[in-house]
Amino acid sequence: MKMKKSGLLLSGLAAALLTMVAPTAQAAWALNMTQGISAISRNIYSLHMMVFWVCVVLAVLVFGVMIYSLVRFRKSQGAVPDTSLVHNTKAEIIWTAIPIAILVVMAVPATRTLIETDDATKTELTIRVTGYQWKWGYEYVGSGVTVLSTLDRDSNFARQLGSGIDPNSVPNYLLNVDHALVVPADTKVRLLISAQDVIHSWWVPALAIKKDAIPGFVNEAWFKIDAANTGLFRGQCAELCGRDHGFMPIVIDVRSKADFEAWLRTQKALQQPADAAAPAAAPATAAPASAANAAATVRAAPARS
Amino acid sequence: MAYTETVDAHDHHDHPPAGIWRWLSTTNHKDIGTLYLVFSGIMFFVGGAMAMVIRLELFKPGMQFVDPAFFNSMTTVHGLAMIFGAVMPAWVGLANWMIPLQVGAPDMALPRMNNFSFWLLPFAFTLLLIGFFVPGGAPAGGWTLYPPLVLQGGDSFPMAIFAIHLMGASSIMGAINVIVTIMNMRAPGITLLRMPLFVWTWLITAYLLILVMPVLAGSVTMLLTDHFFGTSFFSASGGGDPVMFQHIFWFFGHPEVYILILPAFGIVSEVIPTFSRKPLFGYEAMVYATASIAFLSFIVWAHHMFTVGMPLAGELFFMLSTMLIAIPTGVKVFNWTATMWRGSLSFEPPMLFALAFLFLFTIGGFSGLMLAIAPADFQYQDTYFVVAHFHYVLVPGAIFSIMAGVYYWLPKWTGHLYSMALGKWHFWLSAIFVNVLFFPQHFLGLAGMPRRIPDYATQFADWNMVSSLGGFGFGLSQLLFPILIWKCVRGGEKAPAQVWEGAHGLEWEVPSPAPYHTWQDPPSEAQIAHGAEH
Amino acid sequence: MSQSHSQADSGKYYIPHGTPWPIIGSVALFTTMFGMVAWLNEWFSPVMFFAGLALLAVMFIGWFRTVINESEAGTYNLAVDRSFRMGMVWFIISEVLFFSAFFGALFYARELSVPWIGGEGVKVFNHIFLWQNYDAGWPTNGPAKLGPRADGSFEVIPAFGVPALNTLILLTSGVTITIAHHALKAGNRNVLKIFLALTFLLGFLFVAFQANEYGEAYMHKGLQLSTGIYGSTFFMLTGFHGLHVTIGAIMLTIIWFRTLKGHFTPSRHFGFEAVAWYWHFVDVVWLGLFIFVYWV
Ligand code: HEA
Ligand code: HEA
Ligand code: CUA
Ligand SMILES: [Cu+2]
Repeated sequence: MKMKKSGLLLSGLAAALLTMVAPTAQAAWALNMTQGISAISRNIYSLHMMVFWVCVVLAVLVFGVMIYSLVRFRKSQGAVPDTSLVHNTKAEIIWTAIPIAILVVMAVPATRTLIETDDATKTELTIRVTGYQWKWGYEYVGSGVTVLSTLDRDSNFARQLGSGIDPNSVPNYLLNVDHALVVPADTKVRLLISAQDVIHSWWVPALAIKKDAIPGFVNEAWFKIDAANTGLFRGQCAELCGRDHGFMPIVIDVRSKADFEAWLRTQKALQQPADAAAPAAAPATAAPASAANAAATVRAAPARS
Repeated sequence: MAYTETVDAHDHHDHPPAGIWRWLSTTNHKDIGTLYLVFSGIMFFVGGAMAMVIRLELFKPGMQFVDPAFFNSMTTVHGLAMIFGAVMPAWVGLANWMIPLQVGAPDMALPRMNNFSFWLLPFAFTLLLIGFFVPGGAPAGGWTLYPPLVLQGGDSFPMAIFAIHLMGASSIMGAINVIVTIMNMRAPGITLLRMPLFVWTWLITAYLLILVMPVLAGSVTMLLTDHFFGTSFFSASGGGDPVMFQHIFWFFGHPEVYILILPAFGIVSEVIPTFSRKPLFGYEAMVYATASIAFLSFIVWAHHMFTVGMPLAGELFFMLSTMLIAIPTGVKVFNWTATMWRGSLSFEPPMLFALAFLFLFTIGGFSGLMLAIAPADFQYQDTYFVVAHFHYVLVPGAIFSIMAGVYYWLPKWTGHLYSMALGKWHFWLSAIFVNVLFFPQHFLGLAGMPRRIPDYATQFADWNMVSSLGGFGFGLSQLLFPILIWKCVRGGEKAPAQVWEGAHGLEWEVPSPAPYHTWQDPPSEAQIAHGAEH
Repeated sequence: MSQSHSQADSGKYYIPHGTPWPIIGSVALFTTMFGMVAWLNEWFSPVMFFAGLALLAVMFIGWFRTVINESEAGTYNLAVDRSFRMGMVWFIISEVLFFSAFFGALFYARELSVPWIGGEGVKVFNHIFLWQNYDAGWPTNGPAKLGPRADGSFEVIPAFGVPALNTLILLTSGVTITIAHHALKAGNRNVLKIFLALTFLLGFLFVAFQANEYGEAYMHKGLQLSTGIYGSTFFMLTGFHGLHVTIGAIMLTIIWFRTLKGHFTPSRHFGFEAVAWYWHFVDVVWLGLFIFVYWV
């Protein structure tokens, strides 16, 4: 038994070491989370690693003493119990005080990071995110450009029960969408997250953002991606939202500021005709709900009469 | 007085009535304990079978066997069946069997109500499980029943609600019985601080139950009226809030997880001293630690809700209060370790399971601590990291200690010793496979696999396959347990009154098997002293 | 805690052997609930529901009769009596917690969700994007102005009308039952009977007034269960309370009949006390309701 436990512990350690060396472990046999693409996500990553190592060290100490006792005080080896050892105030004070100290050490950076993530001031761009069963709608506030993002066709065919299509043959199986959310790098972007029917949760691990999309309420989150980190990053809905909860991925397409501006202009031009009649309203396809709309439909489950 | 006659008249028939009526009408704590334990075993297999469906579908990427909606039902009912059907009834069963024996009482304080609290359970689970056969299928919104999703449920929705009402009523009555038995039925001489720790932890658990089960009942009642009677507790258009449900639910839900684990602490605190042949280290500290955990459990609930968009102050408060729980829990872990220190250890099945508990529960506690760090929880929340966390505290935590308890007291119940070899096989297979099953889920969660999904991206394939293999192995190993119990009930070497060399307590003062009626006359001072010693 | 010498006092602790009532009760509850499910899901008529309720009534009558007979036969010693008392206390505590779930919902709505929907504090975007025209305040039926009236309006029941009167009624009934209790302890059976009768009459009077208020609210005030969060919290809190008053008044009536039959002694009267405690609990909950639901 001791062998197995310590073996596990070792493989855990080895696992952690491995990921430290190769932090881009989105591949098979991945063991750890990634550092992500923003200052906040790196903060959170190091917070995670710090707590992890604290736990590892504690585990080594505590399990070490346990294993020592298991080996040293075996009856089969003639150990005689010391029945007078029932109490030791000094030891008890120590093993209450040391954990308190450790917790304080962990609480400080955790609090700092939490306060940082909460500070959504001075954002340069605002995007409304709306969860639907089972897709995501995005609206670039101000420009009126909207994007509706659903699971891509290939994944969708392959994921049908008994489709016979090998998921390994589908690139980015279940993590690809028809229209990605295009965002600028090096810009503080605010997300206003809500939902139309049930609770969803918008999660992109590379941003370390997971925020619930709650019908009738708007939640706020923000990110600022490093200028260098352009490219595609993937995530998923992270709150059980019904039958196809597993099939509403998120893809963000991070572009340089200039590329993003250009993209937004083209989209605006493309979507303008649809908007001509009612400039403020969103086009029917994307429809992050207007207020009136929401009031009418936000009750997800109509009461039975 | 007339009543002494009545009592005496019954005293003589030490044998219960025969047939099914015995079990339907029984007021005997041992019968009821047995009923609870058998029921719990059945539900463990029912819930486990659902877990096997989950692991089968997740064996490799792609949808192979079930519809996504059915998969969600499997997850939901697996969670409900395991928590309310397997673990909680097992604890009440052990309480029924052991608390009167351990405090020297003739029975539970309110025997008729005791029967009622058991018999509600099979009806509750019938109601829940026939949900699979009604239009819309079984509940599929997760065991946490979050609205608005849960309100989209089909005809099984009100069945699940009423089933939960029945389970709640059962738990409340069970808890009242435990409290009253402990407070009113202790034999003279058994003061509060002379009670075994199993009794102590159960007492505190019972307080938790009484304080939170009614809140769960209230919250699901609001779901019912939101669905059928047009109230808008959980709908913003009427001024309510879906998140309000989560607050009320977790006000129940977090203490609930300690309801599942505190009696486990009690069992481990009995077993480790016995097989270390040394009294428990820091008895009083253990009692106070248990009480602190129970107290803290009421002020940490929103750590399940770090991503719902609480105001900063709320996030901070719940993060810090949650971290505090590590302190009293640490005291427990250290005291158990100190109990083994300079002891004389032997490794019979109860001890093996208790030791596995010690190591693996601590691992689960550490991952709990990681989850408590709110910013980090943004990454962990609703992933398999959480699934790994709670299975570590629930399976090698709660389930293993239930098994430790059964292995510890089984000879007392049946009067026979069981096969040590079979018990050890059961242990080693369980201990190995449970890690193969749940350890890789940490990796999956960190790599980004959400929970409650029937299919996943291909980079998660490898660890899922490992986990599934571990799951099948673990599931098959559990078949040894009923086999061993069955054999032990049927026969075997006669067990002495004191089964284990280092055991303490009044339960070892009565013969094995424990007679149908025990402690009709309270234990004598001498017996109490002897029980505390030997 | 030191008085745990259960078997020490007079004779043995009474353990009944075999009882049919719990299993009948379980069947009854299952029937009731399955009947309710069938009713709600419109599978078939509510007949099964009512059959379940009837069986439940049979169970209660049978179970209580057994216990009362045993008690009157002197089967219970003081330790059994103490178990009953403790059991009742913890049952009432669990009831308090049941109500606290609904009070919690009320406070959450008033202090958090309604202001948030109105865009208060960090939730300013709710106002900008979702509920532009909503002015948070209390009472409210939410931004969608839910409820029976087409214009979304509704009226509340003012505290200082019938609710205040009902407060007076319940407080008075708290006094009358205390007088009855003292009379019982003093062996003054006539005062006991009169004041116990007064107590349950006041209880039923309360229920009658409450029912009348409900009628008003439903018919003329646009205030129903479906009138947004105000209607939800109002009717769930007062409704469950009213149900408890009804149950309490019925139990008082039963206790009254038992006193007529000469049950209870000055020193041993658990049944009476249990109902009295329950009645005080119902009373206290009402004070909470009066203050937080009707008044402030
Ligand atoms: C038996 C059940 C049980 C137990 C005992 C625990 C124990 C703990 N749990 Fe767990 N938890 C669950 C069952 C349990 N949990 C379940 C079922 C869920 C998921 C529900 C769902 O969503 O479906 C959950 C989810 C859950 C979450 C939410 C995760 C999320 O959804 O994002 C969090 C967050 O804080 C958490 C934290 C903790 C903590 C801090 C403890 C602590 O009590 C642990 C304390 C123990 C230790 C820390 C180890 C021993 C201590 C030492 C050796 C001392 C030294 C240590 C230090 C100083 C660090 N748990
Ligand atoms: C005490 C509680 C408890 C216990 C004991 C278990 C035991 C197990 N759990 Fe459970 N689990 C929960 C509580 C528990 N779980 C909860 C609360 C959830 C969350 C639900 C939700 O999200 O709403 C959950 C969710 C959950 C998930 C995530 C599902 C999802 O997110 O979609 C998974 C996936 O692997 C899982 C697996 C298992 C396995 C393999 C076991 C095994 O330990 C089970 C082993 C037992 C048996 C297998 C039965 C005995 C053997 C047989 C029947 C013989 C036949 C065997 C074979 C054919 C091999 N559980
Ligand atoms: Cu949307 Cu899960
Ligand atoms: Cu918790």
